[in-house]
Amino acid sequence: MCTGRVDPAHILRAFSNGVDGVFIGGCRLGECNYITQGNYHALNLVLLFRKILEHIGVNPERLRIDFMSGSEGNVYVEVVNNFINKVKELGPLGKSEGIDEELLKLKMQALTQLVPYLRVMGSERLRVKLGSARQEYEDYYASEGLDKLFRELIADKLSISEIMLLLRERPLSSGEMSETLGLTPSEISRYLHTSARHGLVRYVDNRWRLALA
Amino acid sequence: MEGEAGDFTVSLVKRPKYVIEDKCTGCGTCTEYCPIQYPDQFNQEISKNKAIHIYYSQAIPLVAYIDDSCRYLKDKTCTACQGVCQNDAIDFSQKPEKIEIKVGAIILSPGLEPFDPKVKKEYRYGEFENVITSMDYERLLSSTGPYEGEVLRASDKKHPHKIAWIQCVGSRQVTEGGNSYCSAVCCTYSQKQVILTKDHDPEAECVLFHNDIRSYGKDFERYYERTENLPGVRFIRSYVTIVREDPETKNVTIRYSTPDEGVKEEEFEMVVLSIGLNPPADAQGIAEKYGIELTSHQFCKVNPGNPIETNNSGIFISGAFQGPVDIPESVFSASGAGSQCGELLDYRRGNLSKERIYPSEIDLSHEEPKIGVFVCHCGANIGRIVNVPEVVEYVLTLPNVVHAQDAIFACATNSAKQITDTIKEKGLNRVVVAACSPRTLEPLFRDTLREAGINQYYYQMANIREHNSWVHSKEPKEATEKAKDIIRMSVARASHLKPLQEFDLPVNKAALVVGGGIAGMTNALSIAKQGHEVYLLEKDSELGGMARRIHTTLEGLDVQAYLDDLIRKVYKHPFIHVYTDASIQEATGYVGNFVTKVKSGYRVMEIKHGAVVIAIGADLYTPTEYLYGEDDRVMTHLELDEHIAEGDEKVTGAESIVMIQCVGCRQEDRDYCSRICCSESIKNALKLKEINPEMDIYILFRDIRTYGLKEDFYREAAGKDIRFIRYEEDVKPEVEPGESDEGRPVLKVTLPDYVLGKKLEIDADIVALAAAVLPSEETKEIAGLFKVTLSPDGFFKEAHVKLRPVEFGTDGVYLCGTAHYPKFISETVSQAYGAAGRVLTLLSRDTVVASGAICEVDENKCLSCGACIAACTYGAISFRMTEQGRRAYVNPVLCKGDGLCNTKCLTGAIQLKHFTDKGLLSEIDAVTATA
Repeated sequence: MCTGRVDPAHILRAFSNGVDGVFIGGCRLGECNYITQGNYHALNLVLLFRKILEHIGVNPERLRIDFMSGSEGNVYVEVVNNFINKVKELGPLGKSEGIDEELLKLKMQALTQLVPYLRVMGSERLRVKLGSARQEYEDYYASEGLDKLFRELIADKLSISEIMLLLRERPLSSGEMSETLGLTPSEISRYLHTSARHGLVRYVDNRWRLALA
Repeated sequence: MEGEAGDFTVSLVKRPKYVIEDKCTGCGTCTEYCPIQYPDQFNQEISKNKAIHIYYSQAIPLVAYIDDSCRYLKDKTCTACQGVCQNDAIDFSQKPEKIEIKVGAIILSPGLEPFDPKVKKEYRYGEFENVITSMDYERLLSSTGPYEGEVLRASDKKHPHKIAWIQCVGSRQVTEGGNSYCSAVCCTYSQKQVILTKDHDPEAECVLFHNDIRSYGKDFERYYERTENLPGVRFIRSYVTIVREDPETKNVTIRYSTPDEGVKEEEFEMVVLSIGLNPPADAQGIAEKYGIELTSHQFCKVNPGNPIETNNSGIFISGAFQGPVDIPESVFSASGAGSQCGELLDYRRGNLSKERIYPSEIDLSHEEPKIGVFVCHCGANIGRIVNVPEVVEYVLTLPNVVHAQDAIFACATNSAKQITDTIKEKGLNRVVVAACSPRTLEPLFRDTLREAGINQYYYQMANIREHNSWVHSKEPKEATEKAKDIIRMSVARASHLKPLQEFDLPVNKAALVVGGGIAGMTNALSIAKQGHEVYLLEKDSELGGMARRIHTTLEGLDVQAYLDDLIRKVYKHPFIHVYTDASIQEATGYVGNFVTKVKSGYRVMEIKHGAVVIAIGADLYTPTEYLYGEDDRVMTHLELDEHIAEGDEKVTGAESIVMIQCVGCRQEDRDYCSRICCSESIKNALKLKEINPEMDIYILFRDIRTYGLKEDFYREAAGKDIRFIRYEEDVKPEVEPGESDEGRPVLKVTLPDYVLGKKLEIDADIVALAAAVLPSEETKEIAGLFKVTLSPDGFFKEAHVKLRPVEFGTDGVYLCGTAHYPKFISETVSQAYGAAGRVLTLLSRDTVVASGAICEVDENKCLSCGACIAACTYGAISFRMTEQGRRAYVNPVLCKGDGLCNTKCLTGAIQLKHFTDKGLLSEIDAVTATA
């Protein structure tokens, strides 16, 4: 098994279970034990996931990937100690970011539903040329172009997924949803408009609230 | 040694380890308690080790031994190790043991001895504390080194920030104590050390004082450029003198000169001597013992047509005993020596092997999990830190666990037997052993399950030593809790384990060799001589390849006679089927079972074979520069070789010849060194001087790369008044027609002279161009057919540049000759034998075993999108038609079980068995349960 086997579902499960940090250790870049260079794929996944964490209000520093060889025990110790100190400094997940526990749960659930989608986006749309230097990956994920793509491809999907989850519990007005999810009413109505057009939601209570179709 | 090829008797004396190898578990407790400290040999005596120790962390076998510094061995005053060894592995009564073995062939791989700079006082090694050798530095850089990967100075244990490397220490020297040859590896290893230094300390200033930079190996030129372009790195072409040591700071001053600034002095915090390679320490003794001849340099004397055999039949050599070589050459000469032993001994292959028989497997897939957990003390290694009895109590409370117990050494023979017995007794269907890393002992524990008749994939290991007790030795309470966590994860996963079958696929015993040059023919012959049918394809109408155009080598091999002999042997061998004018139309199949459609002349046939060897050779660059093709006095070095062989008066009678090196390579679009051209030009130059001593010969070069033993020919050429003039990449020589002062029509060659600082003009009758070696035109097509990959320069890409130089990532496909990278005939032969050795490893087996832990597609979930196919570099996944339509299918023989495809699959249809999402998520749940 290779770091390339690490799936968004695995990372999410750990965070959903309430861990405060996830660390992934892989073979040195360019020194793949297989020839698949799965560690580059893992790097890509982690950078994408950090973007997502940031988007849902969780400190992206809670997820880290680093690369070392089997003989570099000292490097491993340094990296892990460093990470643990960082996570301790950040404090408990959600609380220290000021996210309500229920809302965080909802967001994690929404993300879990998007896992298949994340797999496709991570390998098809949001990626750097395989084998580029780590810095190029980092630069790409810090670029404006990526931000735009991220908004279009991931952020919108995620918000819709969150709305659907909220509506699954009970019908809500867009104001109520906007308050819970921290989105502006105009964003909410944009998503709802699309969802209504696709027949996913419908208006109830004299068009005052919305429910799942 | 006595006897002859096929029947040698060798007497060995095995020195006592004072440790019983079978009992030692390599736990390291004895080392901890041993009171004797002495300089660690493995770490260049920079740090200390103990009298009883394991030589180094990757040693095989991983057992301790006691050396001469031991107090018991000196005066019987200490037996500390005996007291702490819980497995009674220490045995002071061991005596040197005389062993006699009977063998059919002998391979000498004595390696090399690093050059000792103490023989040359001017390097001040041993005198100035901060002058160290590259071997010392290598250990300093290593995380298992004296300071755990910190580079520290001997004088003050501080990090040096300004380091100098001095190249060619003991190499390319004709002064007393030095070696005249080039050590072939130092340029690149020093560059590696610079890169690693910059990794350690990005601010470090590194200066490399060098002569020619010899980055002649595959991808080495890029590596050189990468190093040179790092910030704070300077390459300075200059001889140096180590002048003085500052008595206070212990910094070392070096004197050198540059063309711009003249003689300069500069102070460094550390100086690394890039020491060369000496022949093995007792080369003379080895030679006498085995009746082999040595060269004047004390390396083994080899036949350039087969650099693996010695003059004594049945005795072969590999590695640096051939002369200074890099790792890939060592590796393929080792495989090659194996293949030549095989040629000799094939008739008794497999006679000594025994098959192990296991009881038949009971089907337990319908049963609820019944897990047995064995928690190992590992002597004191785990037991001293982790409260093992407490952990056993805890484990019994976990779901599905029906049995838990401790063991002093779970791996000891009696404990392993007990695991087998307990499985049967308690009806266990899953086993977890909580002990050490699965790396060493997992196979042994899997065996305990097989012995009990249950599937070996029902085994799961929990590492509570390396991951726990060793790193938390000061926190016993926390370590005990962590052991519980680790075992809880393993137990959770164990419940999800499924029985998996490793299955055998038959291997077709024939080989297909693509390319009928020296590489392909040598390879085919070696395979055929070991009893396998070989289909040898050649695209031309005749065998021989590029070698048909080469007449001599630098060492004086008569290439045409050698080639004729080789071709005759190939045609005469009953197992080799030669197809000329051949092309491949289609190739399908996989390791052990390939089917290739070949067209030869008008015939089209289907060849079934178990292995493929790609030996399609290389092409030669057709220069567009220096008037090549416009003026017939300008020719390539290969054409020059032909003209010399034909005795062409125009060439042999020329008054002046200019040779220009690096034509078409070491430049932006072809960023590699063609490796052979410097030696080729020197060969032609020497030949011409022999025919016509009056001739003026000029070789215009960038770096002369006569690596290894070829350096002697460079020196010979310089001694015979062949003039070497260096030019830089950005100011290339210019060639135009003109007239000499006497009115003779000549080619005027002009270039700057960096030594004299003026423009040079040379009149030449002939200009010979060292044209680059290019990947063969067919490379891409062949790569596509056999699903193998190419390097950035367009040559075939081996599985690992150092360690697997004749294999591809794709199983069953092998590589040799210049298709891999430009190389000399003797290197080609060596590699061809090497590839034959690897082919035999495959073809001598009746079956190939596919692991059980591979990917599988749930056809009901597969969307047929192909994402997994794109992710798999092994080409293990393809579409196939099923009743539900097109679905992905994993070829179990090709899948390596890395699982990358799993994370690309939209629906989770493809799953890596043994590492399923269910299993992995259960581990995550188990460890985060308390979070």
